[in-house]
Amino acid sequence: MRRWLGWLWVAFLVSVPLWMTDLYYLHVLIITGIFIIASMSLNLLLGYTGQLNLGQVGFFGIGAYTSALISLGFELKLTDNFALAVDPHPAWLGFVFGVILSGFAGWVVGRISFKIRGAYFVIVTISFAEVMRLVALNWVSLTQGPMALNNIPPFTVDIPGVWEAELYGKVPNYYIVLAVGVVSYIVIRRLVRSRLGRAMIALKENEPLATSVGIDVTRYLVLAAVVSAAMAGAAGSLYAHYVRIIDPDVFLFIYTVTMVIMVITGGKGTLAGPIVGGLIFGVVPELLRDTTRPEVQWIIYGGLMIAIVFFLPNGIVPAVHQWWRSRVSRAGVAVPLSEAP
Amino acid sequence: MLPMETKLTPPETVLSLEHIAVRFGGLLAISDMTFSVREHEVVSLIGPNGAGKTTAFNVITGFVRPTEGRIVYRGRVLNGMKPHEVADLGLVRTFQKTSLFDRNTAFDNVLIGLHRRGKRKAWEILLALPRVAREEKMLSEEAERILDFVGLSRRAYELGGALPYGEQRLLEVAVALAARPEFLLLDEPVSGMNPTETRNFMKMLDKIREQGITILLVEHDMRMVMGVSDRVVVLNHGRIIAEGQPEEIQRNPEVIEAYLGQGATRAAD
Repeated sequence: MRRWLGWLWVAFLVSVPLWMTDLYYLHVLIITGIFIIASMSLNLLLGYTGQLNLGQVGFFGIGAYTSALISLGFELKLTDNFALAVDPHPAWLGFVFGVILSGFAGWVVGRISFKIRGAYFVIVTISFAEVMRLVALNWVSLTQGPMALNNIPPFTVDIPGVWEAELYGKVPNYYIVLAVGVVSYIVIRRLVRSRLGRAMIALKENEPLATSVGIDVTRYLVLAAVVSAAMAGAAGSLYAHYVRIIDPDVFLFIYTVTMVIMVITGGKGTLAGPIVGGLIFGVVPELLRDTTRPEVQWIIYGGLMIAIVFFLPNGIVPAVHQWWRSRVSRAGVAVPLSEAP
Repeated sequence: MLPMETKLTPPETVLSLEHIAVRFGGLLAISDMTFSVREHEVVSLIGPNGAGKTTAFNVITGFVRPTEGRIVYRGRVLNGMKPHEVADLGLVRTFQKTSLFDRNTAFDNVLIGLHRRGKRKAWEILLALPRVAREEKMLSEEAERILDFVGLSRRAYELGGALPYGEQRLLEVAVALAARPEFLLLDEPVSGMNPTETRNFMKMLDKIREQGITILLVEHDMRMVMGVSDRVVVLNHGRIIAEGQPEEIQRNPEVIEAYLGQGATRAAD
């Protein structure tokens, strides 16, 4: 029943480019969609395992740079007489490598830092993202530093004789982002509704009890970190091939903060939370652009955020869900939590 | 040829603590503790507050490393194992302070406890193979069965943290049972229960025992301890001061002194 509702929502999103003729708004939706994917990845860690990763943008940037470099080709001088040269490859291959490499980075960060929790974990992750930014800024021979990587090729389809095209333009990119978003959503949904997701939730809720029934803490935290990082890398890769220019600013802390705002206001630990929060904080500032001055936009942005956090401390989705539950239970039907959105 | 009766071997020792000592900095929580539990036994660990009972539980289940000594379970040394590894061997504990997944339903609490029974890997789950759905169904049925066993079926969809205290303690046992223990460690399971609830709990303990589960119990309720235990181990100041059957323990002068004596001595001065 709920699944049917979900596919209806997807069908609506598929129809958007058919009636939304203003390409600027489509651009806003694409960028918002990329941020929603990154927020969903953050939510997997923050909402389900309870670990706040303030370096999520590090994985986003690794995905973006890896994907861009593979599609542009690069030469890496390892020693004086040995260099690793990579020819330009199609963007989709860059995407795959971006996902794998950021997933691997997630594994490394997870292994190292899940020994420490709470505030220390937050500090390690912030440092990680900042180090990544400094690497991108200073490794000029590879990343061109502040000169940025330009002319990143867009995604292409290359099925000889059937369909060969370069997918730059708003509409194709919108569908690519939508497809990756839907896949990410399904991955997270299947994961958190399974035994593995229950193990993650158990660790967040009561770690001693979880371990006493045989749940291996490190294993599930690292699993969540790897999936989360890979997904953030996918978002970064989409960003690189859509915007087609990236500089070390993709590692800026403010992007992580934006993701956190989206997750917290929408409702951490819910599947729909990052989508709702992402739509509000991705689209609202742009809608205000026509009518208000920039300063006022940010005041409204901040005010909206404070209002949501103040009145709905658990986020929008849990509040709606609770209201729905209280209505249903008044009608005498119990709803198990495991069917929460 | 020997008649059959004399060939009955004494039940096998499943858990033994050998000269266990635990120090927290300068504090000696346990000094030189040695005792063992045999298959299918119910053994109670009693003693005044601060005697080291909960520390003993923490040492056995890997939450605290012993400073000295060895813990052996079915021939395997538990020293240095993590709590989840100990649980994998079939040793499952409950906690002195009520410990549940408060924000999950009673049903989900048990479902989390069933973690060890699930075998499906991450890739199978991501591909949503039919066997994943089959396993989920099996786990759900098992969770219902366990809730029914402890008598909480009608509370299945209430939040763990919202249950009355006595039922929270039952749910804790349900979560522990879900992990399919061969050896169950219960830390003051009936504290805070009223006499009726305690009596029902004792009946349930008998049923758990009938399933062949060995039980180590820490408890202050003496009626319960004397009622269910095969043997009692008495701790005081981190040392074992007596060990034996409930009747012997009740008559043991050292035990009586540990519980009552100091006050009586002081009063006589």
